[in-house]
Amino acid sequence: MTDAAPAFERAPDLPPPASTVGVVGWMRQNLFSTWYNTALTVLALWLIWEAVPPVVAWAFVDADWTGSTRDACAREGACWVFIKEWFGQFVYGRYPIDERWRVNLGAAILVVCAATLFFPRFPWKAWVSVFLLFGYPVVAFFLFSGDVMGLIWVETPLWGGLFLTLVLAIVGCVFALPIGIVLALGRRSRMPGVRAVCVAFIELWRGVPLITVLFMASVMFPLFVPEGLTFDKLLRALIGIMLFQAAYLAEVIRGGLQAIPRGQYEGAQALGLNYWKAMVLVILPQALKLVIPGIVNSFIALLKDTTLVLIIGLLDFLGMIQAAGTNPDWLGFAVEGYVFAGFVFWVLCFGISRYSLHLERKLHTGH
Amino acid sequence: MNESTAASRGPDDGAAIRMIGVHKWYGQFHVLKDINLSVDRKEKIVVCGPSGSGKSTLIRCINRLEEHQRGRIVVEGIELTNDLRRIDEIRREVGMVFQHFNLFPHLTVLDNLTLAPMWVRKMAKDEAEEVAMTFLARVKIPEQAGKYPGQLSGGQQQRVAIARSLCMNPKIMLFDEPTSALDPEMIKEVLDVMVDLAEEGMTMVVVTHEMGFANRVADRVVFMDEGEVIEQADPETFFNSPRNERTRLFLSQILSH
Repeated sequence: MTDAAPAFERAPDLPPPASTVGVVGWMRQNLFSTWYNTALTVLALWLIWEAVPPVVAWAFVDADWTGSTRDACAREGACWVFIKEWFGQFVYGRYPIDERWRVNLGAAILVVCAATLFFPRFPWKAWVSVFLLFGYPVVAFFLFSGDVMGLIWVETPLWGGLFLTLVLAIVGCVFALPIGIVLALGRRSRMPGVRAVCVAFIELWRGVPLITVLFMASVMFPLFVPEGLTFDKLLRALIGIMLFQAAYLAEVIRGGLQAIPRGQYEGAQALGLNYWKAMVLVILPQALKLVIPGIVNSFIALLKDTTLVLIIGLLDFLGMIQAAGTNPDWLGFAVEGYVFAGFVFWVLCFGISRYSLHLERKLHTGH
Repeated sequence: MNESTAASRGPDDGAAIRMIGVHKWYGQFHVLKDINLSVDRKEKIVVCGPSGSGKSTLIRCINRLEEHQRGRIVVEGIELTNDLRRIDEIRREVGMVFQHFNLFPHLTVLDNLTLAPMWVRKMAKDEAEEVAMTFLARVKIPEQAGKYPGQLSGGQQQRVAIARSLCMNPKIMLFDEPTSALDPEMIKEVLDVMVDLAEEGMTMVVVTHEMGFANRVADRVVFMDEGEVIEQADPETFFNSPRNERTRLFLSQILSH
């Protein structure tokens, strides 16, 4: 650089205008930016003022919390005694009280194993995952149904409540995912036979309401199999839900596969990876990551749709609450029951949704 | 080279790549018309020509990313047919570098490099990582091993892509417009790596518009237009005294500014 050329000097950063930062700036920008935004803000405040206090009064201030019979519910608000007294039934259904520890143990194993996957530094993640996918279902099945190692037999009609809801949703989703992946790959296959089978399967199951599937599983299916040959009703419902869910997931996953640029396939091929290796190592990890929101969406929908098993006589979480509401000793507390059901479902679904956000952020690699 | 002598000499006669009377169509569109081209071991070929002339299709036929419909292609003594095992065999021996890098964005740079050696060559992880680090050092970015491709510049990504191919220890390297998607200031770093590779004696087929590179590195420049090989010659003859009218026109268009 010569003396004549002036040295480059970086212009200093100036602070942003005061009206755009801080609480006042935020409110001005988001709540009172125009006259109709101001009007909407005032309207919203009024609605909150009208709606929230009565709800709070019903649910908390005027509610009955203590006691063990319906006579304890004398006040104007909600009678949470009802929930408290029936809580065990809501969670375990008609599972024998002395055997409930088995359900707790099964849940505990699941939670502990799943929790280890959250620790980035946990060394045996791969083994835990393999156990969760292949070992755990077997362990859980024998733990819950018994008849082995001195455990008494608990037949599936006794399974119920939140326990049954979670069994249906988790089994439905976990087993539907691999089937869905295979269907999605099959639908994009270059082999016309494979493609036709996959398209037919997906369109058949997707075109039928879940209620119909459940009816078919519980009422029609026994008519078609030889007499004497019976399958467990829960198992039939599970298979129905699983295949139904698989068809939906297949389409979600296909969307992800379509979003992967052709160059990724070519890059993998050029390195000598064959079809399955290219899919499993390169394409699917990217495609599945892209469709996490879609998969979670289907899972949340499935979790809530499992309540439909009520109509084929399985008493899931909502079914138990409804049954309790019709108990002669506890008539008139259906509202509390449904509010409780709504609350539990919301907590579960919100939890799943937050987890999926966490997963998306964790897997983001800056591209 | 005429077809009958090539065929009678048999497939494994020392040539790295031999294309004999190759035709290809995309539907009705005749993209490759009677291509006869042979590449000797350690030879560096630069393929150039206007866009749409079929030069990318030509090199993509060599590792079967595109299928040819007529003629024969023999790579390292293995003839390309519909036999999937042979295709895999050839792909193991032939590395390819793409215009858009095609790195795997969900894997770190190191994992991008070790993937194929581990899953195709069945190399142990430690060994694969050692090999990968050697090649990352060769392309001068060993410090980026832990990053994801999305965090690198275009030039760095392309160098990673070259290193990724080299980890498979290929006998032939194909380059499909490796610098066309790069910002101008990054072209040199990629070309430098390619020049190093050429000097080490790699057999290379390069589709590029970088005539400086062609002049410096190529043993032979192949000019294509409308799906045909119009002219092939050593760089000096090719740039200084092209025989075909179309070659002259092409050269005047790309060298005029």
